[in-house]
Amino acid sequence: MQVKKIKKGLDIPLKGKASQVTRALTQPTDYIAIKPADFINVLPQLIVNPGEHIKAGAPLFRNKYDENIVFTSPVSGVVMEPIRGDKRLILEISVKPDTEIIYEDFGQHDVSSMKAEEIRSSLIKSGLWTFIRQRPYDLIPATDSSPRDIYISTFDTAPLAPDYNYLLKDKMNSFQAGIDALAKLTAGKVKLGLDACIVDNIFSSVKNAQLLYFHGPHPAGNVGVHIHHTCPINKGETIWHLNPQDVAMIGKMLTEGIYDARRTIAVTGPEANNPSYREIIIGSNLKNTIADHTTTQGHIRIISGNALTGSTVKPDGFLGYYHHQLTIITEGDYYEFIGWATPGLRKFSNSRVFFSWLFPGRKYDFDTNYHGGHRPLVMSGQYEKVFPFTILPVFLIKSIITQDIEKMENLGIYEVAPEDFALCDYVCTSKTEVQKIVREGLEMLRKEMS
Amino acid sequence: MKGLRKYIDTIKPKFQKGGRFEKLESTFEAFESFLFVPKKVTLSGSHIRDSVDLKRTMIVVVVALMPALLFGMWNVGYQFHKAMGISVSILADFWFGFQAVLPIIVVSYVTGLAIEFISAQIRHHEVNEGFLVTGMLIPLIMPVNIPLWIVAVGTAFAVIFVKEVFGGTGMNIFNPALVARAFIFFAYPSEISGDSPWIFGFADSLKGVDGITGATALSYAASGQMESIPSLSDLFFGLIPGSIGETSKLAIVLGALILIFTGIGSFRIMISTIAGGVFMTLIFNLIGANAYMQIDPLTQLMMGGFLFGAVFMATDPVTASQTPSGKIVYGFLIGVFAILIRVFNPAYPEGMMLSILLMNTFAPLIDHVVVQNNIRKRLKRLPKINTNVEPK
Repeated sequence: MQVKKIKKGLDIPLKGKASQVTRALTQPTDYIAIKPADFINVLPQLIVNPGEHIKAGAPLFRNKYDENIVFTSPVSGVVMEPIRGDKRLILEISVKPDTEIIYEDFGQHDVSSMKAEEIRSSLIKSGLWTFIRQRPYDLIPATDSSPRDIYISTFDTAPLAPDYNYLLKDKMNSFQAGIDALAKLTAGKVKLGLDACIVDNIFSSVKNAQLLYFHGPHPAGNVGVHIHHTCPINKGETIWHLNPQDVAMIGKMLTEGIYDARRTIAVTGPEANNPSYREIIIGSNLKNTIADHTTTQGHIRIISGNALTGSTVKPDGFLGYYHHQLTIITEGDYYEFIGWATPGLRKFSNSRVFFSWLFPGRKYDFDTNYHGGHRPLVMSGQYEKVFPFTILPVFLIKSIITQDIEKMENLGIYEVAPEDFALCDYVCTSKTEVQKIVREGLEMLRKEMS
Repeated sequence: MKGLRKYIDTIKPKFQKGGRFEKLESTFEAFESFLFVPKKVTLSGSHIRDSVDLKRTMIVVVVALMPALLFGMWNVGYQFHKAMGISVSILADFWFGFQAVLPIIVVSYVTGLAIEFISAQIRHHEVNEGFLVTGMLIPLIMPVNIPLWIVAVGTAFAVIFVKEVFGGTGMNIFNPALVARAFIFFAYPSEISGDSPWIFGFADSLKGVDGITGATALSYAASGQMESIPSLSDLFFGLIPGSIGETSKLAIVLGALILIFTGIGSFRIMISTIAGGVFMTLIFNLIGANAYMQIDPLTQLMMGGFLFGAVFMATDPVTASQTPSGKIVYGFLIGVFAILIRVFNPAYPEGMMLSILLMNTFAPLIDHVVVQNNIRKRLKRLPKINTNVEPK
C-alpha cells in the first residue's frame, strides 16, 4: 500500500463530534426545497407548474444556461409557488411531500451490461447528473462532456465531518454499482481517495477503481489535494468529483430504478445537543432537526456543511444540496476586553501566540467572531503552512485581485476550488477573505473562457 | 468592564460620520479596538477564524524585543559608570539607563503614531498596528547619545516617505526602522558614527575623564585595531558600547527563540542570514589579505548589529521575500553583503543596515524568479501527462 503523506495542513479541534448513532428518517418535514444559490452558473427555469403533483425523481426545473441539466424532485408531492427575491430571482423551489413517497421508475439495470450513453442519459433524466461536480470552476459539468478522470474522496478531514466508513457500511453494493457506472463515463480512471489510517477500510475492497491512500491533517481529505498529488489538472483538462453518498445514490438509481433521496448527515458542533447522525431527505427543511439538536433558542449560527466552507442557514432553512453535515456554533458578536493581551489559554491558534499551546489535544468552542480587524496582508508564509499544493497561494490570490487572467492560469488556478483555501481563510492574521477571492477568480476565468 | 463598554457605545456616534468629532474617527476606532476586540462576525468564507490578529502578532514581536531593550537599558548605565570608574548596583545601572533610553522611546512612538493616526484618518482606514514594532525598533538601533529631535526627524522621514506614501502598513518596500537609521546616518553622520555617541554623556559629563574610549567593536575593526576588539564573551553577553539594543547577543537570541517558537519570525531568514555571513567570512579568511579579512566567523557575527538585524530586521515579513525558497536566498545574500560592506568599506562600519536595505530592493526580484520557476514547472508537466491518458 503506497501512502501519500500530506504534511501541510491543520486539523481544527472543534468540539461536538457526532457519535455513531443514526436516527432513521421519520416523516419528511413540512416541505423540501432546492435553492439555485447552491449551484454555480445555474439559472432555474421551471418545468412544472405550481400546484401540480409530481413523483420523486420527476423534473422540477432546468438550467437555462444548459437546458439538458435537469433538477428533479427528491420527494413526491405538490409543487409550491417558488419563493422569489429581488428582480424575481428564484430563491427556493419547494415541494410539499406526500405522506407516502411515490417514485418515478427509471428501470432496473445491470450496470455492467449498460453502455456509457445509457448511463449518461439515465443520470441526466433522473436528475442525478447534478450531483457530479467538475474541476476547474467547481460546477455541474455539461451533459455532453467527458472528464479526464473521476475522483471520489472517501474521507473528509474538515472539522467534525461525517465518517463515510460509517455512513456507507450498509450501502456498499450501491456504491460499487455507482463506481461501475461512473467508470464508463471517463476515458481515464475512477480514483478513490482513502484514509490510510483507517483499519479495515470498507472502501479498500472497491473494484473497478484505482485506490489512492492519503494520510495527514486537513485538507488531506479534499479531492483537490488528491488530484494535485496524483495527477494535477492542466489547462483544458476536466476532472469530475462526487461525494461517496451520492455515488451510492447513483448506484441505487441504476440498479433499483428509483431516486432515493435519503441522505445521512452528521449534526455536529459545540452548540449541538447530542451530536449524532440523522437520516434526512435532500433539500429537507431543517426546522425539526434543529429543534431536536439545540436546547435553547440561544445565540447560535447554524451552518449547512462544515465550519470552514459551509453556508449559514436560518433555523427554518434547508440543507445545502451538496452538504452532508450541519454544524452549530455560537455567534461571536460580543466585545472582548483587551482580547489581544490575554494569555489565551482557551484560544486556539495555528501559531503559538496564545498559551493554549500548553494544552495539545484540547478541543475548543469556536465562535464566529473575527478575533480582529481586517488589515492589509502583512505576515508571509502563513498560508503555505496549511496549503499542501505546489501553488504559491499569496501570488495566486494577488493575481486574482489584480484580475490578471494569464497569471492566474500560470499559477495554477485550474487545480483549485475555494474549499482548498478554507484554511487560508481560517489562519489569516489580516482576516482576508481568501475563499471569496478564489471564487471570484474562478468565475472571472469561466466567463473569459466561455 | 461593562460600564466602560457602555460609555464607549454612548460616545461612539459623535465620532462617526456626521458626528461632531468625525475627523477623529480613525483615532477613536484605534482606541476602541485597543480596548475591545470588535464584535464583528464572519459573513462569508470560513465561519470560524484563528484567534490571532495583527495586534497580537505585533505585541509578540514587542515582547521578543524586551530582553534586548531591558539589557540595553542596563548596559547604558553600566557603560557610563564603568567609564566614570565607579561601580554601582545592577538596579542603579538599570535605573540610569532607563532614564536615558525612555525619552528616545517616547519620542519615537509619539512621532510615528501621530503620523499614523493622521494618515489613517486621511484615508479613512483603521489605524494599523505596524508601528508598534517599528516604534520599538528605532530606539533599539540608536546610540544612546542621539539628540531627541534627530530621532523625531528620522522617524517622521521614515514613516512618511517610506511607509505612508506607499500605502501604509503592508505596502512599504523598505524597512521603516532601518530607513530611519540610514537617514540619520547620512544626514547627521557625527551623531551616529565615530566614538562619541555610544556611551551616555560621552561628550559632556564624561569629558575630561581619562582613558575612556567609546569605540565599538566595529570601529576598532575598521581602523585595524584588532587587538582592541572585546573578548567573545563580552561581545556575546553585550558588556560593550553600541546601539541600545544590539549589544547583548544573548538577549537577541532569546528574542529569536520567542519569534521562532510562536511562528511569527521566519526561521529560514534568520538561519540563512547567519549562513551567508559565515560563508562570506570564510571566503575572506581564505583570502586573508588584511587583518579585517582574518577575523573569524564567530567574532564577525557577534560584532555590531549583525545578529540584531538578522533576527528583527531581515525577518520583517513585509519587506522580505515572501516565498519559502526566496526567503533563503534573501537571507543568505543579506549575510554576504553585510560582511562584504563591513570589510571593504570602513566608512560604513555597520554593513548590516545597508545590506538589509539593499536586499529589500531585491526581495521582489527574488520572488519573481521563484514565481517564474513555479510557472515553468507547471508548464513543463503539460505534455507528459496528456500523453499518459489512454482511452480504455
